Amino acid sequence: MVENNNTKISAKDVDVFYSEKQALNKISMDIKEKEVTALIGPSGCGKSTFLRCINRMNDLIEICKVTGSIKVDNEEIISSSTDVVSLRSKIGMVFQKPNPFPKSIFDNVAYGPSIHGLADTKSDLENIVITSLKKAGLYNEVKDRLNEPGTSLSGGQQQRLCIARAIAVNPEIILMDEPCSALDPIATAIIEELIDELRLNYTIIIVTHSMQQAARVSQKTCFFHLGELIESGETNKIFTNPDNTKTQDYITGRFG
Amino acid sequence: MNSIVAQERIIALRKKRSAQDLRFKYYGFIAMCLALAVLVFLLYSIFSRGFSAFQKTTILLEINYDQEVLKLTPDSTDQEIEKGKFFKVKKNALNNVFENLSKSDAKLIKKLFSTNIDKEIKNYYIDNPSVLNTTQKLWVTAHSNVDQMLKGNSRRDVPEDRRKLNDIQLSFIDQLVEEDRIQKEFNNFFFTRADSRHPEIAGIAGSFMGSLLTLFVVFILSFPIAIGASVYLEEFAPKNKLTELIEVNISNLAAVPSIVFGLLGLGVLLNVFGFPRSTPLVGGTVLALMTLPTIIIACRASLKAVPPSIKEGALAIGATKSQAVFHHVVPLALPGTLTGTIIGLAQALGETAPLIMIGMVAFIPNIPTGITEPSASLPVQIFLWVESAERGFQEKSAAAIMIILLFLFMMNALAVYLRNRFEKKW
Repeated sequence: MVENNNTKISAKDVDVFYSEKQALNKISMDIKEKEVTALIGPSGCGKSTFLRCINRMNDLIEICKVTGSIKVDNEEIISSSTDVVSLRSKIGMVFQKPNPFPKSIFDNVAYGPSIHGLADTKSDLENIVITSLKKAGLYNEVKDRLNEPGTSLSGGQQQRLCIARAIAVNPEIILMDEPCSALDPIATAIIEELIDELRLNYTIIIVTHSMQQAARVSQKTCFFHLGELIESGETNKIFTNPDNTKTQDYITGRFG
Repeated sequence: MNSIVAQERIIALRKKRSAQDLRFKYYGFIAMCLALAVLVFLLYSIFSRGFSAFQKTTILLEINYDQEVLKLTPDSTDQEIEKGKFFKVKKNALNNVFENLSKSDAKLIKKLFSTNIDKEIKNYYIDNPSVLNTTQKLWVTAHSNVDQMLKGNSRRDVPEDRRKLNDIQLSFIDQLVEEDRIQKEFNNFFFTRADSRHPEIAGIAGSFMGSLLTLFVVFILSFPIAIGASVYLEEFAPKNKLTELIEVNISNLAAVPSIVFGLLGLGVLLNVFGFPRSTPLVGGTVLALMTLPTIIIACRASLKAVPPSIKEGALAIGATKSQAVFHHVVPLALPGTLTGTIIGLAQALGETAPLIMIGMVAFIPNIPTGITEPSASLPVQIFLWVESAERGFQEKSAAAIMIILLFLFMMNALAVYLRNRFEKKW
């Protein structure tokens, strides 16, 4: 594989507060283009909070305050002048629990392109929907029932539908917040394969509780603990020869 | 304490605990039975009293549509027919109910018939102009006193001076019954006419129409306002002291006695803004103000019930806040919102006190056709009839209660249907 050195996301001294409580403390990291970066760590360590800083989903939580700097393609996004809507069209997100809209499979995928005006005609829109479903590896399973509700699919299919929904807007980055924690092992394996394929075109950041999953799908791994970034680097190195003893303890299952 | 002692204690107490369970189950059952018994009694007393109102008594009358008496010709215009001497025809018919009636008896006979029979005789002629110069047998409406006597609502074994009908009149009725010249038939007047001073021709069409028009005004005003207010409060309003104050006071407003809203309507809508008195417009506005808090609370509850993950999903692919709310949250909340609105409308339908304040308690003998015409409403009609001294109105009020209960039942059924039909699972 050809190594690339283009930094896609660059975070510097990111602090996050929920009211008085500090959830993240001086997080700085660089995330490379077209790689899978896994964020691991015990519950409550702030990895999801960091993920949600990148597409400003933390704005939804009134008491949440973010300071510091995150640059996406060298553009500052932690500022009041950031256009959150276009930022989110560039950064897709897949949630922990599959959350398809209670609409048809087609409408689920078509929603993003239609609000952003990506399709001029109906056939354009159909093309986008079909391509996105194909990219998410779901098309063959649902091609005969695009008008059935998205909620009628199985959990794993719903999650892939959510991935199709995210990539239908042509994002450059996909954030995944424990995308497999509500799925069975077979559905998980399918999603992991999919992540491996998507890596060719998208920058992916995945939060996961499963260290095996992090080891399987990611190239870079960042270990969070109590709101601090303890260690980050090549996945191989983190899992075989970590510098920090806390990382060592966590990945060997001594805590967390 | 070792485990054997612990087991003994648990078993000893276990009996008491299961007895507690059983007792509670019976308390609940008894409470439910009591409530049910009261309900059955209520429905029984209403239905047993009200059913007779769906029938009216009619008497067979032989009417000679004599050209000379009527002063009409086959070529008479509508206006001439309107002025025809139908009262004379009626008088002749009444004098001939029985043979050889004395003058005083004829007067007593006249009182067995409704004052409406003039119109009935005239309308029959208007519908069938060919009956000129023929004698027709017509079933015409009996007076309420006769009607009530035959239905058994008035007793005939009380002294004559405490009866509406004297002994001679009773003997006339008996004779009519014997000769099969008196019958009970379906009371179409009850469903097609407005209020009247005469119970036998009073109906609920006027007040029913008034209630419908009022509810229409309530819906038009309260539904959009409630949706707007609840969407704003739930999704857009900043969470600060002011919105908190508004939220608390919406709950307070929902608990304000309805008569206060009636006074508001009287003081502000009628006296300051000059809304037309006694109309569905002002009644509906007052009831809309009264039901708004209830509907807003129901709307907010159904907006809250939409899982936040749906909104997050929309926001995460770059929907603006209003797109996320109006494309996803509001449609999902709509069944609940509609249900809440219908429950609010049902509350408005049964409300009497505020309408009394704005003059909808007036006697309105016409069926209203617009929201700016004076009209009654069902609960106020019941109130008016219950108050009336005439016995004939008692069965009418019970029947009107049946109608309003049926109306409410249908609205609630609609609410349940809408909720089940459009509720989406996720």
